[in-house]
Amino acid sequence: MMSAVLYGGTALAVFVSWRLDPEKTRRALRIGAKSLHGLAPRILGMVALVGLVLALVPPEVIRKLFSHGGIGGFSLVAAIGSIVTMPAPIAFALVGSLFKLGAAPASLATFVTTLTMVGVMTAPMEISCFGKRFTLLRQALSFVVAIVIGLAMGVLL
Amino acid sequence: MKAKLVDYRLLFIVLAANLALSLWRPETARLAALNSTGFLLEVLSIVPPVMVLMGLLDVWVPRRLVEAHLGPDSGAVGAGVAMLLGTAAAGPLYAAFPVAVSLRKKGARLANIVIFLGTWGAIKIPMILMESSFISLRFALLRLALTVPCILACGYLMERLMPEQELAQTEQELAQPGAVDA
Repeated sequence: MMSAVLYGGTALAVFVSWRLDPEKTRRALRIGAKSLHGLAPRILGMVALVGLVLALVPPEVIRKLFSHGGIGGFSLVAAIGSIVTMPAPIAFALVGSLFKLGAAPASLATFVTTLTMVGVMTAPMEISCFGKRFTLLRQALSFVVAIVIGLAMGVLL
Repeated sequence: MKAKLVDYRLLFIVLAANLALSLWRPETARLAALNSTGFLLEVLSIVPPVMVLMGLLDVWVPRRLVEAHLGPDSGAVGAGVAMLLGTAAAGPLYAAFPVAVSLRKKGARLANIVIFLGTWGAIKIPMILMESSFISLRFALLRLALTVPCILACGYLMERLMPEQELAQTEQELAQPGAVDA
């Protein structure tokens, strides 16, 4: 559904752009094709890796891991969220079921934050866009932030 | 940004791992292949159009416009614009990277790029709705209230930690074919 909107919208944008200025549009399409071509190998690597990791660490396993409490459990949760990348619907369902199973809201907050801001598996793509140092720094900072948010939630909720 | 064989390293490593796994645990290997196929379809439904849109943005949006709203002198307004852009967009974080690259090319400052990426990931309307229905509205709002200042702090801290020169150098290198090895 979303992809239909995205493809449709893009097609429309290209069409309008073409009517306005074919030469510019040609250049735009060349730029797009070039960056896609440049990112393709990393994207394919990422796709393969995500598939493998999700097969090795299915949501059920994550659910089991959430039953550990304390600092150890907290760190574990942050680590899982950082490594695993999953499509939004799966992530939503997982967070919901974790809560039903009695996961602490604080650790859920950390999990959600690392899941969405830190991505070890999407790092190759981020590196090809911004370089190693940027990627490492951004992800490390986001990781710390996730822990801080989780701890604060634990106190405030 | 031309693809070279070395860029395919990760893909080959994972494929080899999958192959080994298929001998040892064929079920898991099959699941991995299924997952990858599903994820590939998701990526294909998002990334190519995003790339084309970024190409259009590249030729149509004047550098001045981005610089004025997200550039070095954009201050708090810039951070606000970066956050708005981040929340308005739907999609996974990897879809945000090409967008961030385009904004960067047009002169957005680093802090705003980091703020944009952080917001894109952590602050999403559907996410807030999901959290409030599954957990509680209080949980969702509290996480939001805590996340916003943290993301802002991340952005300005990153700018401190990444010297502008070095970043420009990195970007120059990345523009060269096959320069990065990850």
